[in-house]
Amino acid sequence: MTPTPDPSHEAGSAYDGLLEHHEVAGDDSQWAFGTDFEDPLAGVDTTVPDDVDAAALATYCLMLGDDALVMSHRLSEWTSNAPDLEEDIALANTALDLLGQARLLLARAAAADASVVPALPAGSPVPAEDALAFFREAGAFRNVRLAEVPNGDFAHTMVRLLLFSTARLAVLGRLVDSRDPVLAAIAAKGVKELTYHRDYAGRWFLTLARGTDESHRRLLAALDELWPLYPELLATHPVEAAVAAAGVGVDPASVAAEVDVVLEQVLAVSGVERPDKAALAGVRGRTGRDGLHTESLTRLLAEMQVVARAHPTGLW
Amino acid sequence: MTTTDVSEAGLLAQFEATVARNDRIEPRDWMPDGYRRTVLRQVAQHAHSEIIGMQPEGGWITRAPSLRRKAILLAKVQDEAGHGLYLYSAAETLGVSRQELTEMLVDGRQKYSSIFNYPTLSYADVGTIGWLVDGAAICNQVPLCRTSYGPYGRAMIRVCKEESFHQRQGYELLATMMRGTDAQRAMVQESVDRFWWPALMMFGPPDDDSPHTEQSMAWGIKRNTNDDLRQRFVDMSVPQAEALGVTFPDPDLRWNAERGHYDFGQPDWTEFMQVVKGNGPCNAQRIAHRRRAHEDGAWVRDAATAFARREQQEAIA
Repeated sequence: MTPTPDPSHEAGSAYDGLLEHHEVAGDDSQWAFGTDFEDPLAGVDTTVPDDVDAAALATYCLMLGDDALVMSHRLSEWTSNAPDLEEDIALANTALDLLGQARLLLARAAAADASVVPALPAGSPVPAEDALAFFREAGAFRNVRLAEVPNGDFAHTMVRLLLFSTARLAVLGRLVDSRDPVLAAIAAKGVKELTYHRDYAGRWFLTLARGTDESHRRLLAALDELWPLYPELLATHPVEAAVAAAGVGVDPASVAAEVDVVLEQVLAVSGVERPDKAALAGVRGRTGRDGLHTESLTRLLAEMQVVARAHPTGLW
Repeated sequence: MTTTDVSEAGLLAQFEATVARNDRIEPRDWMPDGYRRTVLRQVAQHAHSEIIGMQPEGGWITRAPSLRRKAILLAKVQDEAGHGLYLYSAAETLGVSRQELTEMLVDGRQKYSSIFNYPTLSYADVGTIGWLVDGAAICNQVPLCRTSYGPYGRAMIRVCKEESFHQRQGYELLATMMRGTDAQRAMVQESVDRFWWPALMMFGPPDDDSPHTEQSMAWGIKRNTNDDLRQRFVDMSVPQAEALGVTFPDPDLRWNAERGHYDFGQPDWTEFMQVVKGNGPCNAQRIAHRRRAHEDGAWVRDAATAFARREQQEAIA
């Protein structure tokens, strides 16, 4: 045992307690995120209502969860790259909000139907949310393609965030009435966050549209590029139709009109014309919700999953 | 301006009396030019360090091995941007804008902490930076909460609280990894081996080779010498390393009962000077990244300015 150094240094208080806390197992109240992994749905009744298809509910949760996870990843790529410190902070905040939604939704998917979770070596301490995020192949991801395409400039990110948050806010705004109390609670939390995201993106949309010639030109280019991915946000997948019929999910087509009204308002106040662009085709009708993605998703996942996959029994 | 007849000598005497009482100098107070320059240099350097410091850890956000760790890291790097914001605000009270300060950073006219010129090579580095680098930073910064320049001291109180939290999170990541696989334990040890010496360098050159220390201490800007703080850091870190189950790569590290402190070896000061002078492993990369982000964002900042001006004009019209 090494002798303890003189603790009389007056200003070392920031360290006081570091070792003591380490020794007192279980006293981890000082850690913001807990010292150990905690089930984000701990204490919540995750029983699936009898008349609801658990597999459909799990897939639906993956759709909403993957949208949030992949979009969060793209937003987090702005960290230390944003036009100003205020934007760096705001984008990180948005990425954090969506990451939080993703964690709850992936956990909900695993609790509804454990068979969606990839198998890991026996004894692996990797929790279900991480198995889903880091050990699924691209084809098992159910996010819309809008969320995954690579970042462009700041206008590109604001247009994407506007389209994404407007549609997601409308969906979660209905989902607060879900018969699944877990989804209803997740939606209630998300609505507050997405209201801010939409407002942030909408304000920048207006600013860029009416800022300089260059910002106007860049905004229109971004809008043209991303518009073909917009219809996919509001198209109905059979799983969405099934969970909507069961009263646990929302058919995005049912909010399409209200989403359009909001976007029309933003376009009008910004003096920007609605692009005349067809929806991006799929492959034999399959798109992101079916696990059919752009080439960029495998690259995104290669980066996101690299450390976790190198340590399938790792404890983080 | 009031009509008080104040000679330069009278103002200087007042200033020195304020510092001697351990009171704060505020932005509107008279201060010697040298004091203003020194505080500005230190606050700007500190702000730049926060901003450049976002890069080595920020690069791991997209590769964090769990969603919980991703959230923790995102929040931490976001805090660093926040620290940069309020330190730039403190610097602005001395009459220089954030824009000017950023230009001085990317031109190389102002410096930042050399530790960020070392590469991050594994996820364990995120933990090691929290534990050792943020730990060393707190050692440097806690005394600065009592620094003589008011806005700087107040900014430091908030920065220190959050840094202390980051340090615990870093330590906790390493402690968790040490409970994982052999490969994870090896990753932690390799990371600690790599960062120990650069962390010791964070306190600056030895006292007999520190050009600014004496004047800065007389002015109450700096409160402890480099060697004092380095010793304090070593004394704190050794028991933490033992609790963690890692070693430091220093054969001369041992308890000295007579001094009541740990003896330890010297970092490679030649390497330190190389890094300070711009030839560290990542100096060029860090500055190029910052310059690119700043230049890429120029059209956005211009648009915001133009938009605000137009709104103002339309409100008047």
